Amino acid sequence: MSLLNIFTVAASAMTAQSQRMNTTASNMANADSASGPDGLPYRARQVVFEMAPSGGQATGGVRVARVIEDQSPLRMVHDPQNPLANADGYVAMSNVNVVEEMVNMISASRSYQANVEVLNTARTLALKTLTIGQ
Amino acid sequence: MIDKLDASLRFHQEALSLRGKRQEVLSANIAHADTPNFKARDFDFSSALTQAVDRGRQSQSLSMSATSSRHLSGSAHAGPAADLMYRTPNQSSLDGNTVEMDVERVNFADNAMRYEFNLTRLSQQIKGMLAAIQG
Repeated sequence: MSLLNIFTVAASAMTAQSQRMNTTASNMANADSASGPDGLPYRARQVVFEMAPSGGQATGGVRVARVIEDQSPLRMVHDPQNPLANADGYVAMSNVNVVEEMVNMISASRSYQANVEVLNTARTLALKTLTIGQ
Repeated sequence: MIDKLDASLRFHQEALSLRGKRQEVLSANIAHADTPNFKARDFDFSSALTQAVDRGRQSQSLSMSATSSRHLSGSAHAGPAADLMYRTPNQSSLDGNTVEMDVERVNFADNAMRYEFNLTRLSQQIKGMLAAIQG
């Protein structure tokens, strides 16, 4: 039944979008992290979405294909007092672009809302279908 | 007699089924608003409905096999098939995604309303039929 498939599709999109928002939160929190658990500066993470085809059908849900690390250059900050500073007094900070992350967060939140709306509409329609002939 | 009842409800059955399918296709488009290289899909409702209703008038696609002469013959039709097409975007995007949220949302709301209209019509038809039967 196609109306019930909508629940699966919208739920998968909501999961993917919340994962994207989770990544954004991690990036924002680590915007000023000069070193991660591996001793290297934090690099921004981005999720890549892809379509998850369901059983040879043309439509399908969303899934996170992989999480990539941003390879743009690290931010060099002049801070000679920092123990991590190099010989020239520069510290390599994370390459998180805060503006980009804010935009990403708003976009994820809007997409999430759109899917909630879809879910509500599908629910209303399915419930009304149950009342045929009453 | 039963066949006539079935035939009178058949149009709305096909229409509802196709509306449900279209709702699913549109919801998938909205779900994939941020998926790179996703191409928005849709189908032409009126031609799909015409095709579904016409196909019903012709012979059915699925029939039960009878291994004895005393078996009842039965036939069923598979769910409506719709040719999914790709939407032509008004504005292109860098990641190759052709979902336009406004277009999809409008179509989604429109389709939901028409689905409810079909439901109401079907309910009224069933009520009318019941009134005729019960007198």
